[in-house]
Amino acid sequence: MSTQAAFAAALLDPRLNCPEGLFSANGADPASRFAVYRNNVQSSLINALAHSYPVVVQLVGDEFFRAMAGVYLLGNVPQSPLIKDYGHDFADFIQSFEPAGSVPYLADVARLERLRTLAYHAADAQPLNQEQISAALADPQTLSELTVELHPSLNLLTSAFAVVSIWATHQQDATLVGIDLEHGQHALILRNALDVEVFVIEPGASAFVRNLQNGQPLIQAIESAPAFDLSQTLALLISHNAITHLHHNKVSP
Amino acid sequence: MNNLPFGLPPRAGLGLKTEHFREVLGSQPDIGFFEVHAENYMVAGGPFHHYLGLIREQYPLSLHGVGLSIGAEGPLDSQHLKRLGALIERYQPQSFSEHLAWSSHGPVFLNDLLPLAYDTATLSRVCEHIDHVQSTLKRPMLLENPATYLAFERSTIDEADFISEVIRRTGCGLLLDVNNVYVSSINHQRDPLAYIDALPLHAVGEIHLAGFAEDIDSLGDRLLIDDHGAPIDHAVWTLYQHVLQRTGPIATLIERDNQLPAFSVLHAEAHQADELLLHARGRS
Repeated sequence: MSTQAAFAAALLDPRLNCPEGLFSANGADPASRFAVYRNNVQSSLINALAHSYPVVVQLVGDEFFRAMAGVYLLGNVPQSPLIKDYGHDFADFIQSFEPAGSVPYLADVARLERLRTLAYHAADAQPLNQEQISAALADPQTLSELTVELHPSLNLLTSAFAVVSIWATHQQDATLVGIDLEHGQHALILRNALDVEVFVIEPGASAFVRNLQNGQPLIQAIESAPAFDLSQTLALLISHNAITHLHHNKVSP
Repeated sequence: MNNLPFGLPPRAGLGLKTEHFREVLGSQPDIGFFEVHAENYMVAGGPFHHYLGLIREQYPLSLHGVGLSIGAEGPLDSQHLKRLGALIERYQPQSFSEHLAWSSHGPVFLNDLLPLAYDTATLSRVCEHIDHVQSTLKRPMLLENPATYLAFERSTIDEADFISEVIRRTGCGLLLDVNNVYVSSINHQRDPLAYIDALPLHAVGEIHLAGFAEDIDSLGDRLLIDDHGAPIDHAVWTLYQHVLQRTGPIATLIERDNQLPAFSVLHAEAHQADELLLHARGRS
């Protein structure tokens, strides 16, 4: 094994001994010095996860979170120097992490936090203004072929839990009192100018937005979604700068 | 003397923290330059680019990499180098710097600056990697001396001599981290003044100052940890003055990444460095 291979392996697995061939100038046990590196690696990665999932930390407490993150770390070493992406699949891990089973909504809160991070760093795109959108929607000739392009930061999350309410209360007083936890919610996450915003929308509205994201023309996206309040949903998308392009695509035969 | 083509001004600079974006833009403090970690800005869009773009219009910029793993046994990550090239193209920083360390092994990224065995094989490899960086980015880079906690029996070259030889062979500059000099000198029982004097000080393009944390090792001796989480220690300020006597005024970064205080506290440390730089200017 090369020097760095042995060093890397021992950094990541605390059960392994300090690598051979190391020494301290004062004769101290090299293991006590190696421990600094091991601690730096482990704690920096756990801190990175805590930074990305602050509400998950609040929900389970710091001690539990760090233990859970330590288990995640053992099976999921970073594969990229872009540490912001570390833990992109942490929600899936939480879902199957049995000790967290008593907090059944934890994985969905992690999913919401991940989508917020993605929205924060997503590509920039200039939104259309209300007048441009109104003009396009007012033309019955082209309306049936109109497709809607949404902001790159926009994402949806469907949860069997009141994921948005749980997340939102942890931006303030962090009390779950009064929240019907098992009341499922459909979340819409986007970045409006510089701020990431989270909304609860109707199930039909979520299906409609998903249809638009999949490239369905506007009319088809409406018709193939369960009933929802179209004007309210369009008003939300327009007023939060979510629509970036309208295309008059001729549907190919 | 700074002989790099796009040098930073010989002033004190600060690490640009996201917590301070608005304050910097709002109050436009008299700061010589800002430094950012390159990897933080390897994102598609959003507030980071928005604010850095505005701040870059008003201040010189130092781009400091923490993930290129120049000392790795394997080849450099060409994708990562490409991302660095794109950032340099976008922000035209006055300086690009990286570390004499490794942080990746194969595909695994360890998120720390890890120590190297100093021998002829490592020397050739580090020089090849720096040549690769400089030819890809089409500019000279600065290489930062490391803070380390242990040494390798395999090492045959003194760290200062190793760095001198890398600079001689590759033409890169030196980012002299005075805190790292002090931390390593305590941890390895070295004389920090002798270490500094053995470095090619003509190649210094930037200086870093930071605070450290204090621990003890298995013998109960002081073990200093380079954690960027405290004010700059008195001993480091003293070493800094020694360096400035040798180099004259050089762009100096106050590094603080943890236990972040109010902007005004960092600004005060920058002011302290500016005073010493002013003295150095008077002398040179």
